[in-house]
Amino acid sequence: MNNHWIIAPVLLPAFTAVLLVVAQRGGLRLQRLLSAASVVALLAIAVGLWMLAQGGPLAYAVGDWPAPFGIFLVLDRLSALMLLVAAVVAAAALAYAVLGWDRRGAHFHTLFHFQLLGINGSFLTGDVFNLFVFFEILLIASYGLVAHGGGAWRLKSGFQYAAINLVGSTVFLFAVGLMYGVTGTLNMADLAVRVDDLPAGDHALLRVAALLLFTVFAVKCALAPFHWWLPGTYSAGAAPAVALFAVLTKVGAYAIIRMHTLVFASDAAGVSASLQQLLLPAAAVTLVLGAIGVLASRTLLQLASHSIVASMGTLLLAAAGLEERQLSAALYYLLHSCLIGAALFLLVDLVAAGRGRLADRLLPEAPAPRALLLGTLFFVAGMAMVGMPPLSGFVGKVAILDGLRGTPGGGVAWAVLLGGSLLLLVGYARAGSTLFWKAPAAAGAGAGAGAMPLPAAGSPAGQSTAGPIAVVCLLLGATAALSLLGGAVMEATNATAGELLDRNLYIRAVLPAAPHLEP
Amino acid sequence: MEPLVASGIGMLTAAGVYLMMRRRTMPVVIGLTFLSYGVNLFLFAMGRLAVDKPPILSPGITDYADPLPQALVLTAIVISFGMTALIVVLALRGYLDTGSDEVEIRPEDRLRDFGSGTGPGAGARSGE
Repeated sequence: MNNHWIIAPVLLPAFTAVLLVVAQRGGLRLQRLLSAASVVALLAIAVGLWMLAQGGPLAYAVGDWPAPFGIFLVLDRLSALMLLVAAVVAAAALAYAVLGWDRRGAHFHTLFHFQLLGINGSFLTGDVFNLFVFFEILLIASYGLVAHGGGAWRLKSGFQYAAINLVGSTVFLFAVGLMYGVTGTLNMADLAVRVDDLPAGDHALLRVAALLLFTVFAVKCALAPFHWWLPGTYSAGAAPAVALFAVLTKVGAYAIIRMHTLVFASDAAGVSASLQQLLLPAAAVTLVLGAIGVLASRTLLQLASHSIVASMGTLLLAAAGLEERQLSAALYYLLHSCLIGAALFLLVDLVAAGRGRLADRLLPEAPAPRALLLGTLFFVAGMAMVGMPPLSGFVGKVAILDGLRGTPGGGVAWAVLLGGSLLLLVGYARAGSTLFWKAPAAAGAGAGAGAMPLPAAGSPAGQSTAGPIAVVCLLLGATAALSLLGGAVMEATNATAGELLDRNLYIRAVLPAAPHLEP
Repeated sequence: MEPLVASGIGMLTAAGVYLMMRRRTMPVVIGLTFLSYGVNLFLFAMGRLAVDKPPILSPGITDYADPLPQALVLTAIVISFGMTALIVVLALRGYLDTGSDEVEIRPEDRLRDFGSGTGPGAGARSGE
């Protein structure tokens, strides 16, 4: 009865990670081979699961224990979509890592696959405590990945990142405990059923649990006022690790969307209304803070990190409403934001690597190597991030604006979105012109004065940059494909949003005998 | 029993939160462990506080202690133990590498490498 492919995205990285520990003796080449083969297989499985999910939500009872006692994995369109985009970003991040980054510290590949295990598990699980466990798995792997490459900065920011997330985990446990104390279940489908006919005396406790849970997810997806950990951590981390972290923030957004549409959808105990009241302003503030951060950035890494914050704000602004158009736009933007976030961090790494001691600082003193090619790529990535046509950021933002039309608070949301985009545009234009336009002129003047201690422009120390550039191009090509195939992708996200809003489908998949709930 | 357990959880959590605010890493680590003790007790109490009730099905008994929160607490203890070990290592390595036990990152420590090679980008400083 169980379709075992559903658990494959959890088992495959788990086995690969363990195998990679053993393969440590076989040298880096063997590890790379195993790791790449596993990610390619994961990609294929994700595509297969997306096809499978078209037939409606499917439940997988782990150990064949009946609901609601056993742990369930549930594959629906949303989880399949998230698995797919995670696998694509993972493939790109791994391809970049294989070109040299994985040499800088032990166990990169092992940690990478443990992180994938946590990410995939969070997308699939249908149990709140199990979600906590998968969160912990992805976090403990990410602590290792933040510190990958070593150095005082990474260790210290790894400590800060671990501390903030451990507090988050504690709050998560408080929320889970409260929820279990009030409803007597942790199975998401069962929770949705029981929340609906909860005695009024328990409503206050449930609201506390829901808001604590929301706080945890807000920390994960860098929602203001919990966004300040992100720029520091993402600036310090190794490029391929941070590229995978682009999916990590989306795990928080996924969890918010899932709880919002499944467990608390019917506004029992007023949870949904208070969440919406919180989410909309928080998302707007996040977007504004991110945009201001981009404008104020003095390094490329800060610029990229604050762009991630701004994109999370944009995404959650759309996801705050429980309407099909809004959710669909949010999901489309989520796909775009994963791809472009990863591409941007890899590109920043490439640009900074060629600039010698100046690295990623936004000063026009060092000539950027391959200024034309990298400058063009930065232009394209910037346009996609800001949301200018013709790339997917534009399509996503238009869809979000369209979805917000006529909703309460929609006018303010429009103003924030458009104003934020303008700030982002100015920030990117300034960064790009400083790096790629002013730099050659300044370098020429400097060389004339004989004061150029920097190494000659070009590929550093004979290192080929063709491979890394190809990886960035592939990611940017994927965002272009997202907008070229915009119609088809939108249809897919529309279907996903429609399925999310009819939560009886999900509940019936887990609990066939469940009563019919108000959508 | 309820006031005793509740105030115990409250005091552990308060101590944890206070220590989390400290500037040095070791008090922060101890604060995190206090927080995890607090939450473990809380999870345990969510199965309702009761004395002398069996947690295992046996004939002739109708009143059980809820075994599920106990299983949750066990999982949470194992996870928080692992996390504490990891964060202690991070704190120690950070101290050994920088000679400072502060949580804050000093500007001169903001050094990192870039790029996939070992070119001139390696060891460059990011930040102001």
